[in-house]
Formats: sequence, C-alpha cells, structure tokens
Amino acid sequence: MLKFTCPYCQVEADETELTPGGEAHLKRMGPGSSDQEFYNYLFERKNPRGIHFERWLHSYGCGKWFHVVRCTKTMEVFGTYSAQETNPPKKILDIVKQRISFGKKIK
Amino acid sequence: MKKYSAFSLVKESFNNHLGWEKAWKKSHLKKNYKIIIVGAGGHGLATAYYLGKNFGIKDLAVIEKGWLGGGNTGRNTTIIRSNYLQEESAAIYEKSRLLYETLSQELNYNVMFSPRGVMMLCQTEHELRAMKRTCHANRIYGVDTVMISPARMKEMIPIINIKGPRYPILGGLWQPRGGTARHDAVAWGYARAISSWGVDIIENCEVVGIKKNKNKISSVQTTKGDISCEKMCFVVAGNSSVLAELCGFRLPVESVALQALVSEPIKPVMNCVVMANTVHGYMSQSDKGEMVIGGGADGYNNYSQRGSFQHIEETVRALIETFPFISRLRQLRQWGGIVDMTGDRSPIISKTPVDNIYLNCGWGTGGFKAIPGSGWATAELIAKGEPGKLAAPFSLERFKEGRMIDESVAAAVAH
Ligand SMILES: Cc1cc2nc3c(=O)[nH]c(=O)nc-3n(C[C@H](O)[C@H](O)[C@H](O)COP(=O)(O)OP(=O)(O)OC[C@H]3O[C@@H](n4cnc5c(N)ncnc54)[C@H](O)[C@@H]3O)c2cc1C
Ligand SMILES: [Zn+2]
Repeated sequence: MLKFTCPYCQVEADETELTPGGEAHLKRMGPGSSDQEFYNYLFERKNPRGIHFERWLHSYGCGKWFHVVRCTKTMEVFGTYSAQETNPPKKILDIVKQRISFGKKIK
Repeated sequence: MKKYSAFSLVKESFNNHLGWEKAWKKSHLKKNYKIIIVGAGGHGLATAYYLGKNFGIKDLAVIEKGWLGGGNTGRNTTIIRSNYLQEESAAIYEKSRLLYETLSQELNYNVMFSPRGVMMLCQTEHELRAMKRTCHANRIYGVDTVMISPARMKEMIPIINIKGPRYPILGGLWQPRGGTARHDAVAWGYARAISSWGVDIIENCEVVGIKKNKNKISSVQTTKGDISCEKMCFVVAGNSSVLAELCGFRLPVESVALQALVSEPIKPVMNCVVMANTVHGYMSQSDKGEMVIGGGADGYNNYSQRGSFQHIEETVRALIETFPFISRLRQLRQWGGIVDMTGDRSPIISKTPVDNIYLNCGWGTGGFKAIPGSGWATAELIAKGEPGKLAAPFSLERFKEGRMIDESVAAAVAH
C-alpha cells in the first residue's frame, strides 16, 4: 500500500485515505488556446515508466490537494509538497537525482 | 506444422508422445522485415496472423520483450461479450466474437471458446433503465441480447441471492452467445499459425529506440540489434506511452494496474459469466472449478504489474451479498496486469504522427474479447495504410475532434 505524508496536516496517510488525481503541473488551456493546445491539456499525458509528478487528495483527512513525486516502476516515493507550488521544490528534485544515479551505479 | 487431430493423437500415443513438435519456432532476428509488430500479446499476434491470411504479407517479425502472451493476454479473466452501447464498438466486438466462434477450427488449436452466456445484473433502478437502453441498442446493431427477469436468473443460477437487501436484483441483460475462452491458447494458437508461415517471433527482445528519417521510421533498435522495416506497428498495451515517447509523440492514455483472483476449486455452481457493474465485481467458474473474480482498476499510474491490496478485498466484498457462498472460499492466486486506459474507455487503432508507424492500444480492462476483431482491423490498416470500416472510428484524431466513443458509462466495471 502506498503511504504519503500530507504536506498540510503532516499525517502519514495510507492510500485508502487518499484519492489519486493524475498528472501534476498541467497548464490549463481555455478560450483563446489552439485546438492542439486544448487537446494536449485535456487528453495527452506523459504517463512515464519512471518518475511521475502527480496530484493526490487527502479525501478522508484534511480534504486538501497536494503533490507527490513517485516512481511508477518501483513505487518509491521521493516526497510530497503543497498544491500551491507550481514547480517541484529543488530539495525533492535533488533526492530524485541522487536515487537515479544510485540506480545506475547498482546496475 | 503437424496438424492436431484425433488421428495424430492416436498415432503419437504409440510413440510415447515424443514426436510432437514445438508449437512455434525459436527464430533469429534478421536485418530487415517488411513489417515489424512490437508486442507478442493477443492483439500483436492476431494482427500478424490477419496480415498473412487476408493480405498475404508474411515478411514479418513479432518482437516481444518478455515471453509470448506474458502481458495482459495471459493475465485476464477471459470474458468475451459484445453487448456494447455504441454502434462502432458493437461492430468491432461482435466481429471479434464471431471470429472466436470458429477460431479453434481455423487455427487447428483448441482455444476452448465456451459460449456459456454472459449475464449482467441490474441492481438499481437506474442500472435497469440503462441496461434496457443497451439491449435496444444491441438489437439495432444486430447483437443478440435480451432482458431477463430476476426469477429467470434465479432459475439459471440457483446459488445466486436476488433479494438484497442492499442491492437486490431487479433484472438482467443476457447475452447467450458471450462466454469465455482459454487466454493462453489464443496467443499460442495464433503464434503457431504464423510461425508455420515463417513469421519470426522473437522473445526476450525489447524495443529500446526508434531511428527516424524525416517523418519516417528507418530502423528499430532492440536489445538484440537494429532492424530496418517498411512499417512498424506497436501493440504493447500498458507500455504504449513508453513506445510513443520513443517515437516522439504522446498518447491520450494512462497505465494503471488491474487485478484478478481465483478461489480454490469447487464443484460446479455457476455455468455462465456474471457481471455486477454497480458494485464493481464479476465472476465465472473455470473448467478446473476455481471461481474467477475480477473488479475495478486502481486509480493511479503504475507499471509494476502489482495492484493495491485493498482492491482485492473491495472486489470480493462487492460480490458477497449476491453470492454469499464465496465468503467461505479461500483465495488461491491473485495477480495484476498493467492496462492502458483512454478517456472514453474505447481503444485506439490508428495511424500516428509518424508516417509509417501504426498503433493499436487503449483496450484497457476489456481487450481480450477483441483480439480477433482487433487483429483483423489492424492488419487492414497496416496493409492498406488507411483504416477500414471497423478501425476508422477508433483513430487518434477522435479525441481532438470530440468524437468520443463513450463506453465508460455503458460498462462501469473492468472486464
Ligand atoms: C486482471 C485483468 C483482467 C482482465 N479481464 C478481461 C476480460 O475478462 N475480458 C476482456 O476482454 N479483457 C480483459 N482484460 C483486458 C485484456 O487482458 C487486455 O485488453 C488484452 O489482453 C490486451 O492484449 P494486448 O495484446 O494488447 O496486450 P498484452 O497482452 O499486454 O501484450 C503486449 C506485449 O507487449 C510487450 N511489450 C511491451 N513493451 C515492449 C517493448 N518495448 N518491446 C517489445 N515488447 C514490448 C509486453 O511484454 C506484452 O507481452 C483484463 C486485463 C487484466 C489485467
Ligand atoms: Zn492532510
């Protein structure tokens, strides 16, 4: 079972307490955007086999959305951060980098 | 290829059954093929088969990163039905069901197609109305289904509890010609047929890169070396986004885990497939006596071929009110597969932004039933370079054009 620490209430929440919300940091497109941009926003997803930036809702907790960085292949969780941050914090990106180079070494 | 028959069985028995040959040959990768199919699941193998059978194209290779049929084709609960709501879906799934009827004879390989009937339960007033609508739609498109009463359902499956209390059974949508088949055998049967024509099936060979020249693929890089080809089609289910990334575009697809389980084997209690869409569970009994149970998919991106524990519990819990006897059964095995979900829960059979690359994916939780029909339609697309009638509605463009083929409401549960 996945476990994330909610950045708002600091609770270490089980997956059953949370609702997944898909890819994070999508730029919302609306009137004025091109058809292609609107299609990309609505449908196209990175869906990577590897590092995924995603949104989760602490639905049976504080009720707030937050961000998670997770590997979709190994299920390793690299960290969580608030929904107000439009880019992943450097601290978490550094952890990701370190883990990836570690993975390469043991390979 | 040695033909399987009662006669060959008797003949081999005098030889201690030592004379049977391998169902498909181990091949070595050549430098060049006319067409490369990536992914030796049911859909990839069927595509290769109908390319040979309907278009005479046999200069093919099917490239598989693991073992043949080891993806979702070897992990599903084998339900075959065609009672979909939309016309485009009815056409391709019914074509597929029809091909299943004679597949064993055609391939000379017993795929154990068992048209035992598929029963969909209506457990709310809303669901009853929705199923009636589906039933009418099915009749218009020539798919044979009827609505049946709770009393009739109880007669057909005496072990079912129709009284609720929470989700009493109000009626059912019955497709008498639906059923199940042996999933592995479908992959093996197609593999045996194409291998006998000289099609190369290369296992343990992963596609890791694509070389393009202008907007055309020039060669495919694999873990066993580079190959050049005129056309390539990738049919890799849960890994479609990974392949698309290699080809330089993105897909409207997300990969999630779908799980299933079987109980210990028991005596025959149920002779058809039962699906309970409102509570998210479905069940059939295998020839070995195991109750085969499946439910909904996980909600988050996943490539690990393992799902969340609580989903297994949820699925079983959903079925206990209607089938109280399963609460006494022990679980024998449980497994997961990575399925490729589209927004409208319909597949993609399409040209791609790269001129000579074709795509078959998005079958999500329900593509086993579609293997023959999908192979048929994809072969036509690759051979002619343009989709035929079956495949045309399922193009990638439909998302941009808002031309969804919405089956997410019609088929609430994974199957
Ligand atoms: C638990 C479960 C239950 C299901 N129940 C049903 C059901 O009852 N009825 C129904 O109709 N459908 C059902 N399905 C769905 C069905 O199994 C799939 O839609 C169908 O099997 C997909 O077949 P495929 O050939 O497209 O994919 P797969 O069988 O997954 O084949 C794809 C192949 O591509 C290979 N591959 C991936 N990447 C690469 C690469 N880079 N290079 C080379 N090869 C690669 C993989 O190893 C794999 O073997 C179920 C699925 C699951 C997981
Ligand atoms: Zn919280």
